Amino acid sequence: MKYLLLIHAGAADESGAAEGCTPDDWMAYDKQVRDAGILVAGESLADLVTATMVRVGPDGERTVTDGPFAETRELIGGFYVIDVPDLDVALEWAARCPGSRGGGAIVVRPIADFGA
Amino acid sequence: MPDEGTGEESRANASVEHVFREERGRLLAALVRRFGDLDLAEDVTSEAIEAALARWPIDGVPERPGAWLLTTARRRAVDRLRRDQAYAARLAILQAEAEREGEAAPAEDGGLPDERLALFFTCAHPALAAEDRGALTLRCLAGLTTPEVARAFLTPTATMAQRIVRAKKKISRARIPFRVPASDELPARLPGVLQVLYSLFTEGYVASSGPHLQRADLAEEAIRLARILHRLLPGERETAGLLALMLLVHARRAARTGPDGALVLLADQDRALWDRPMIDEGAALTVQALTGGPPGPYGVQAAIAALHDEAADADATDWSQIVALYDVLLAVTPSPVIALNRAVAVAMRDGPQAGLDLLDALADDPRLRRHHPFFVARAELLTRLDRVPEAVTAYRQALDLAGTAPDRAHLLRKIDALTRPGPP
Repeated sequence: MKYLLLIHAGAADESGAAEGCTPDDWMAYDKQVRDAGILVAGESLADLVTATMVRVGPDGERTVTDGPFAETRELIGGFYVIDVPDLDVALEWAARCPGSRGGGAIVVRPIADFGA
Repeated sequence: MPDEGTGEESRANASVEHVFREERGRLLAALVRRFGDLDLAEDVTSEAIEAALARWPIDGVPERPGAWLLTTARRRAVDRLRRDQAYAARLAILQAEAEREGEAAPAEDGGLPDERLALFFTCAHPALAAEDRGALTLRCLAGLTTPEVARAFLTPTATMAQRIVRAKKKISRARIPFRVPASDELPARLPGVLQVLYSLFTEGYVASSGPHLQRADLAEEAIRLARILHRLLPGERETAGLLALMLLVHARRAARTGPDGALVLLADQDRALWDRPMIDEGAALTVQALTGGPPGPYGVQAAIAALHDEAADADATDWSQIVALYDVLLAVTPSPVIALNRAVAVAMRDGPQAGLDLLDALADDPRLRRHHPFFVARAELLTRLDRVPEAVTAYRQALDLAGTAPDRAHLLRKIDALTRPGPP
């Protein structure tokens, strides 16, 4: 079963890194996920200032705005999609993710399966 | 319900009732385990019980009723899966598994392997909303119907039905596994299960709202489930501790309310009404809970309850021991409510002023500001110190926060006694 691990980064320090984990931690985690053979997809998102929002109104009119800007705690820093047997295993991997520390949080969402 | 018919028929019905209560949880757990689907398992469990109600009065009660029900339920489940094309692939896997296992190794009694432990952990999974865990446990393990669960939590049936549907949906769609945690995970997961049972018990013991002070049926259901859990995990001392605590508290049920339904405080209870066999059983379990390692919070609370239960009256209570146990408890699980209870015990040991000093030190804790027992304790100690106006104020504060009618009546009587003019 596939699960999305949505990484909500914790408060960032001056250098832009989240509290409680180093780039080495992230590299080590990334390697663990790959080595375990459970990685479906995973990306780290570019800085939030690069985000752009698109909305299409009922009249079909397109609105493009800068943003969104969120408080640091709500900032989505990246994601993994992993394929593991059940929620307990997914939670185990989420807890190992460096993004879960230092005020950060990982939201675990099962990916809908529309097949048989 | 069928009418009371022949003796044979009513005997069969009583038998079904009994099997329903005793075996429903085991049956459900076994089916969930096999089919991985709580809804399907519930449906076929009910169908099997209906089939039993129809067959047993005619054919007689089978020798192994649990096994009969399991076989019937399993056949129904397979039939359903066969009809449902979407499940065809799953069915093939199940059949392959069944062939590999043979006809599942029968357990020593009645032929049902006991898989309820996995169900306990599933119903109390931390990924479920806290308020849903108790409801699901009552539904799946105690076998209560949704309206019964709704009544237990004083919730409208429709609301409870929605909550149960939501919880079951999460279990199946997020794939919360049906399994017993490995021994290295148990210390992290077991407290959640114990918490669910203890919440059920306290909801029965001191209803948070409503007209009645206690709802013995809910407390008894919690005790029944704790007994099952203790049987399934005999080596877990905190499980023994929780069961002991519940028994030692529940033993006082007959003395806790007066003839008018009003609250009777521990010190004023008629101890002849206490359930002695239940106290003895609780005391023995307390010893088990405190033997062989550092004590856990339920074991220590059971020990405190046992000291109360063993005293001939309030004055004969070993307050020094109780204070010492509260010190242990505070070290294991620091909490302002425990500190409050400790302050009351200190007042019993060293006098009301000593207790009041401790309470005043706790007064700023925001968690106690909405906790009416804090103001009751304060009022009692102020009364004993003859500081009547302050005591009345404290009782009024408690009254503002008290939930049940008997609680409120008790407080109003206290205020009335203190404010009535004339000699005390």
